[in-house]
Amino acid sequence: MYKGTRIQTLYNLLSIVFTILLIGILLYTVSELPVMGDALHPANNEVAAHYLVHGARETGALNAVTAMILDYRAFDTLGELCVLFVSACSVYILLRVDAGRKEEEVEALDRRYEPWNDAILSKAFLFLVPAVFLFGIYITLTGHLSPGGGFSGGAIIGAGLLLYLNAFGLEKTERFMNRIRYRRLNCGALGFYFLAKGYSFFVGANDIKSVISVSDQGNILSAGLIMPLNVCVAIVVSTTVYAVYLMFRKGGFNI
Amino acid sequence: MNNYIVTNLPEVAAIILFGIGFSNLLLARNLIKKIIGLNIMDTAIYLFLAAKGYVDNAVAPIVPPGAVDPDLYVNPVPSGLVLTGIVVSVSVTAVLLALTVRLYEEFNTLDIDEIVHQLRVKDKEAIR
Amino acid sequence: MQGLIAILLALLVLAALAVSASRKLLPAVIIFMSYSLVMSMVWMLLQAPDLAITEAAVGAGITSVLLFIALKRIGELERDLEESEEEIHLSSARGKQEDQSDV
Repeated sequence: MYKGTRIQTLYNLLSIVFTILLIGILLYTVSELPVMGDALHPANNEVAAHYLVHGARETGALNAVTAMILDYRAFDTLGELCVLFVSACSVYILLRVDAGRKEEEVEALDRRYEPWNDAILSKAFLFLVPAVFLFGIYITLTGHLSPGGGFSGGAIIGAGLLLYLNAFGLEKTERFMNRIRYRRLNCGALGFYFLAKGYSFFVGANDIKSVISVSDQGNILSAGLIMPLNVCVAIVVSTTVYAVYLMFRKGGFNI
Repeated sequence: MNNYIVTNLPEVAAIILFGIGFSNLLLARNLIKKIIGLNIMDTAIYLFLAAKGYVDNAVAPIVPPGAVDPDLYVNPVPSGLVLTGIVVSVSVTAVLLALTVRLYEEFNTLDIDEIVHQLRVKDKEAIR
Repeated sequence: MQGLIAILLALLVLAALAVSASRKLLPAVIIFMSYSLVMSMVWMLLQAPDLAITEAAVGAGITSVLLFIALKRIGELERDLEESEEEIHLSSARGKQEDQSDV
């Protein structure tokens, strides 16, 4: 409506001036910062030193970042899982298709430029999808020994689920991921995270000796609660990714 | 200005990217390009945070079991913050895209000025 | 190492400018996907491997797939296909006209 008018050109000009002003002020701030990579930086204080020096002994995880986000600061990860859950619920509310118009319209939307059960896709993904799932599971399980962890492993498993859905159709995917199973997996993983970390906080605050002990480091079964929590995070992330994709494509689960 | 612009190169690039994303948010008429602009702003801030944790001649914070010298490793704290931020950014993008798709199905356009114009016309007709 | 980081950062700024300047939506999303991948490489060079894996999986994988799916749902991909077919038609018709006028 305002496309060719003078108000539009004035608005564009003001936006560019404001952006350049913003960049200028922030660049001046950056010039006052200390040199990057300085070991005496104010951000490299005793907190980071404690996480690096005592982290492996107290938590059992060799990866300092995983020890931080799943043991020292586990509450933040819990809040983030809740954010993922809320976003999946919002997308579900916004994009749900009612049962009435579901049949013809959704089928037409889906098939317009897509061959049904394409031969190339099926044969190629027969080799690719197990490799993707295996890779995702490996990254999740060794989160405390090498880079990776629950978030990246969960994203890769979610991408594997999307590949399976695109190659083999909704019928075959419904055999192992339908609405009831999605609900149980998601809520079960969140509930287990709540209970496990609740137990840890209760035990730590009251100085009781915890049942879960930290065994020898470097083993995959060490690090106490960190590996089960990594698995929970991966389950929540992968099912959320799959559910959001399904909402966009088909408007809902089949059952 | 000091010559810290040359030594702090990732931080300067992060600020410039933030400005480009912000101008995208202000000037683009299409809703999808505004969402892409928001994503560019997000990743620019993560680059700034990750550059804050860098230490010269240090390696990634995977410590061996046993005695550890903390001067050899990169600061792990900003990495943890950015990890949370990446996942939150993806959630926000998903919700915004769902809203955009619903807006398109209602008003049949992706232009934000057109949508506001049609809403005003509808309000006037509803009052009358 | 500093030179490699500088080249990759310049590539990032170039990709962001290309996203702002493109008129169609499909090329913008593809360039955004490559921007995510280059950002993941920069984080690897800044010695943060967790961030690099997560950004490669989430930014170039999930966000870009969501953008493509949203574009398909609003019918943008078909409109793009029709417009490019029209352009090919028009340019080939113009080519035939020039050939005839030469002869």
